[in-house]
Amino acid sequence: MSEILSRSRAVVLGVVGVALLLGAWDLYAAFGPDEGVRAGGETYLLPRADDTTMPHTWDVVRRLGEPVNAVPGAPDVLRAVVDASTFTLAIAARGFVVGVLVGLVLALVMSRFRIAESALLPWIVLSQTVPLIALAPVVRRWGSQIEIAGQQWTNDQSVAVIAAYLAFFPVAVGALRGLKAPDRTHVDLFHAYGVGWWRGLLALRLPSSVPYLLPALRLAAASAVIGTIVAEVSLGLKGGIGRMFIDYTTTATSDPAKSFAPILGAIAVGLVAAAVVGLIGLLLRPYRPAEATR
Amino acid sequence: MRATTKLGAAAAALVLALTACSTSGDDDEPEQTEEGLTKVTLQLQWVTQAQFAGYYAAVKEGYYEDEGLDVTIQEAGTDTVPQDVLANGEVDYAISWVPKVLGSIENGAAITDVAQIFERSGTLGVAFKDSGITSPADYKGKNVGSWGFGNEWELFAGMQKEGVELGDIKLVQQAFDMSGLISGDVDVAQAMTYNEYAQLLETENPATGELFQPEDLNVIDYNDVGTAMLQDAIWAQTDKLEDPDYEAQTVAFIKASIKGWAYVRDNPEDGATLVTEAGSILGQSHQLWMTNETNKLIWPSTSGGVGMIDEAAWARTVDIAKGTKNETGATIITEDPPETAYTNEYVEQALDELRDEGVDVEGADFTPIDVELKPGGN
Repeated sequence: MSEILSRSRAVVLGVVGVALLLGAWDLYAAFGPDEGVRAGGETYLLPRADDTTMPHTWDVVRRLGEPVNAVPGAPDVLRAVVDASTFTLAIAARGFVVGVLVGLVLALVMSRFRIAESALLPWIVLSQTVPLIALAPVVRRWGSQIEIAGQQWTNDQSVAVIAAYLAFFPVAVGALRGLKAPDRTHVDLFHAYGVGWWRGLLALRLPSSVPYLLPALRLAAASAVIGTIVAEVSLGLKGGIGRMFIDYTTTATSDPAKSFAPILGAIAVGLVAAAVVGLIGLLLRPYRPAEATR
Repeated sequence: MRATTKLGAAAAALVLALTACSTSGDDDEPEQTEEGLTKVTLQLQWVTQAQFAGYYAAVKEGYYEDEGLDVTIQEAGTDTVPQDVLANGEVDYAISWVPKVLGSIENGAAITDVAQIFERSGTLGVAFKDSGITSPADYKGKNVGSWGFGNEWELFAGMQKEGVELGDIKLVQQAFDMSGLISGDVDVAQAMTYNEYAQLLETENPATGELFQPEDLNVIDYNDVGTAMLQDAIWAQTDKLEDPDYEAQTVAFIKASIKGWAYVRDNPEDGATLVTEAGSILGQSHQLWMTNETNKLIWPSTSGGVGMIDEAAWARTVDIAKGTKNETGATIITEDPPETAYTNEYVEQALDELRDEGVDVEGADFTPIDVELKPGGN
């Protein structure tokens, strides 16, 4: 009972939080200075509040219900955003799955062989310092040389690879930490009973890694979504939210409400990704001692 | 010890798995479709829009097919550098601006301008009438918007021609829209005739409640300033031009492309529609405006037929690329480009064949249409 109460309280608080944010946006858009507030004529302290920079939320919502453009048969903006979000979500999901698998394998190898950890970990950390915009063309170029079983490499696969490249990192680091987390006494006990590495992994190390793995998965999901959208922009891949950002900027001045639509799509994709990780967390609940003992 | 052996085995397996993926990039034999057409890929410098209408028209109207080509048009993203994609051999041809490619050629990209589709430059400076800015000389002391990324050279050359140094202005990084001009962040904004200028004319003027009108604006055309640089051209791989098959294919490709542009000249409405059908989401009036303005950059041709590279215009582009410094003091190139940087050999053959077929490749009596822009470009 108390759990239901605290759940509904969380939902209510969440809704109130979002409403407050939207209210603040609209209040500022309505009453803020159109020219913004600047310090010394240069630096903006507060943004402009004109209709191009900050369209009202109701304008954005109204725009969602209107057709994308006047071409006969054009879908309304909401439909277009939903389609683009689905497309982006599918690629992000592929990137997430690949990234998580790669991250887990790396963590397993590193936790098993100390030499592998010394050899790989610096590279794994280094890998994340490569800027995405430098990486995207390279991945596409390599991809264009690859043909697997008669199937030509496509740009959406490049985007998924980039998403995976961002997603694997938190998993590799988090899972490694988790796999090394069991109590010394437990490890000694397993050792004393002569339990093999695999049994030890399944019975001790994997369960103990869950509390570390879940936040890592949350980070990985967010990275996969961001990586997908940025790579879509970078490669100009048609169909997703990233490309929608490019397409809608041409009307950023004349139809500003429309250019906010892809942002809503990106948020929706992020929420779905977070929800999926939340579900994974529910499934792994028995292994989360922090919550289990509450 | 046992652990190390296992690790070694795992590493060996990984290497094996990786090498098992075959690569297909090295064979130079052109791929054929089942109908016996040669597969050709064209890399654009941006997403599908009427700036590239001629190529889409050549696909739609079957001109490429008539020449034995099955052409795939590849769009660009924000980080796509068409000349690099071409120089790496990923595509067969690419569309890019001459000054941008000159820099790449100096850095080792072996590619050749085989057809100069745009004869005129589409770059403008746009200011509000009350600013009093009518020429680059007036930029002095003003906030000047520029996109950068190699789009800024005509602007800098125009200023330097009229005695304004970069230190005399405040250079403002401009987004690819006109919000900076409208909000007053820049006094003179960079715009393409076929895109950003139209965006401005599609926007409601808060002072009047009507759309902005050309009468509200001062437009500085860099063709008139005398610092126009050559823009959209078809580029081919220099090394492959030694191969007679690729040479023949290049002639065929240029021929069909010019035929596509002639179609767009004669049928601008259809041109705009087929670009939209090819996946552009630009509004109808904006698309038609872009088609019409792009036509103006191509037609009429004064260089002896569309695609012919005018020596004087090329020399001016190279001069500006060598002599104009940007805000860091760098020039695009430091020495003259190699002779292979452009050739009229293939476009001449293509034009001859087109003339024999009775295609008007000069468009001497071309007249642009009037396009009324709707709010938001719809």
